[in-house]
Amino acid sequence: MSSERRIRVVVAKPGLDSHDRGAKIVARAFRDAGMEVIYTGLRQTPEQIVETALQEDVNVIALSILSGAHLTLFPRIMDLLKQKGLDDVLVFAGGIIPKEDIPHLKKIGITEVFGPGTRTDTLVKFVLENVRKRK
Amino acid sequence: MTHIEQLIDGVLKGDRRSIAKTITLIEDDMPESEKAISLLYPHTGKAFIVGMTGPPGSGKSTLIQKLVEELRRRGKTVGVVAVDPSSPFTGGAFLGDRVRMQELSIDEGVFIRSMATRGSLGALAKATKDAVKVLDASGKDVVVVETVGAGQSEVEIIKLAHTVVVVLAPGLGDDIQAIKAGIMEIGDIFVVNKADRENVNKAMIDIETMLNMNPEREKWRPPVVKTTAITGEGIAELLDKIDQHREYLEAGAIDTRRRQRVETELVEAIKEKVAESIVDELKQTGDLDKLVQRILAKETDPYSAADMLLDKRLKRFKRR
Repeated sequence: MSSERRIRVVVAKPGLDSHDRGAKIVARAFRDAGMEVIYTGLRQTPEQIVETALQEDVNVIALSILSGAHLTLFPRIMDLLKQKGLDDVLVFAGGIIPKEDIPHLKKIGITEVFGPGTRTDTLVKFVLENVRKRK
Repeated sequence: MTHIEQLIDGVLKGDRRSIAKTITLIEDDMPESEKAISLLYPHTGKAFIVGMTGPPGSGKSTLIQKLVEELRRRGKTVGVVAVDPSSPFTGGAFLGDRVRMQELSIDEGVFIRSMATRGSLGALAKATKDAVKVLDASGKDVVVVETVGAGQSEVEIIKLAHTVVVVLAPGLGDDIQAIKAGIMEIGDIFVVNKADRENVNKAMIDIETMLNMNPEREKWRPPVVKTTAITGEGIAELLDKIDQHREYLEAGAIDTRRRQRVETELVEAIKEKVAESIVDELKQTGDLDKLVQRILAKETDPYSAADMLLDKRLKRFKRR
């Protein structure tokens, strides 16, 4: 038998912005690193993102946001993850997020926040080092 | 209760997390997955399974979104398994079918799972079949399986469905494409999607002509339905046709199909287990490596080597 644990990632765009070039490039980088990437498309509510993560049984959630609503949307996502028992999922974010907001986001459970210009291999390395392996 | 019994207990109660975890076990081909299937098996066979296939870009995912909405309006719960290809080079995959099904994400009566094709065709067909069993046992009334249809592999996967819907669109090919073997032969229902486009009637005629020439193997003559998934036009009609096909099957053909399906599944399981046990033993004794070396040195060839091995090992079966 060829049992093999694959890393599954959901790449999600919460809220109301319509630019997903960055998210698609990140998704592509994870695909090329051998991961299975579930892409949600634009304008997702926190409920949709968490439900997708649950149904797809992912180990990682990558959030991309440019609208400035991260302080509203991210805490809601983290709350829902906790409620549904998905607290073992690695969550990180990227996009346009002011430096001064980062400590708060880390406090609510977002493991890392990446800004513009981050290399995709940095992201892949980050996921491989931080993902919690399935038993 | 063991961990796996707990998990399956959750599936049978319709718990979404348990359903998701069980499908992952099956996909990853973990040792516990066989135990999971044996616990689930008595509870399967209730769901009606619809297979959706067709070339890339014909609108399958959008059509499924609308079809599921219509099923929900008619009071049915639905599971969806959407298969997309893995990269043959990295093993990674980009699974994008959910993009077209966003509105279904938070409906409690719907469960969607994306699957990558991963390894071999046989393994995929098995994993898909077993994922469908999980959704079936969880109490979903209808399970929809979506695969990109381009050739033989999809024919293999889609065999698990009661009703196979082949989704086409105008402009994807002329009547020559319609005569080709493969997916054009497996449809119980044909859909010409994107009916708001030019040449839709030409596409309908090509398919009808092809169907008229088919030898009559069954009493069911596949209907051709025109849809525009984006506006929802033709969706109710498509679902009516699916219901009609179901009634047709239940009037007789379904028992034959079910028997065939179980037989194929059993034969596949035997093949897999026999091959597995022989190969495992060869690996442990180091004989596999020795034989590979001999083949590399051209002292023998793969077929003769396999014959030799099987002769030795299967003697005890042959003696009977």
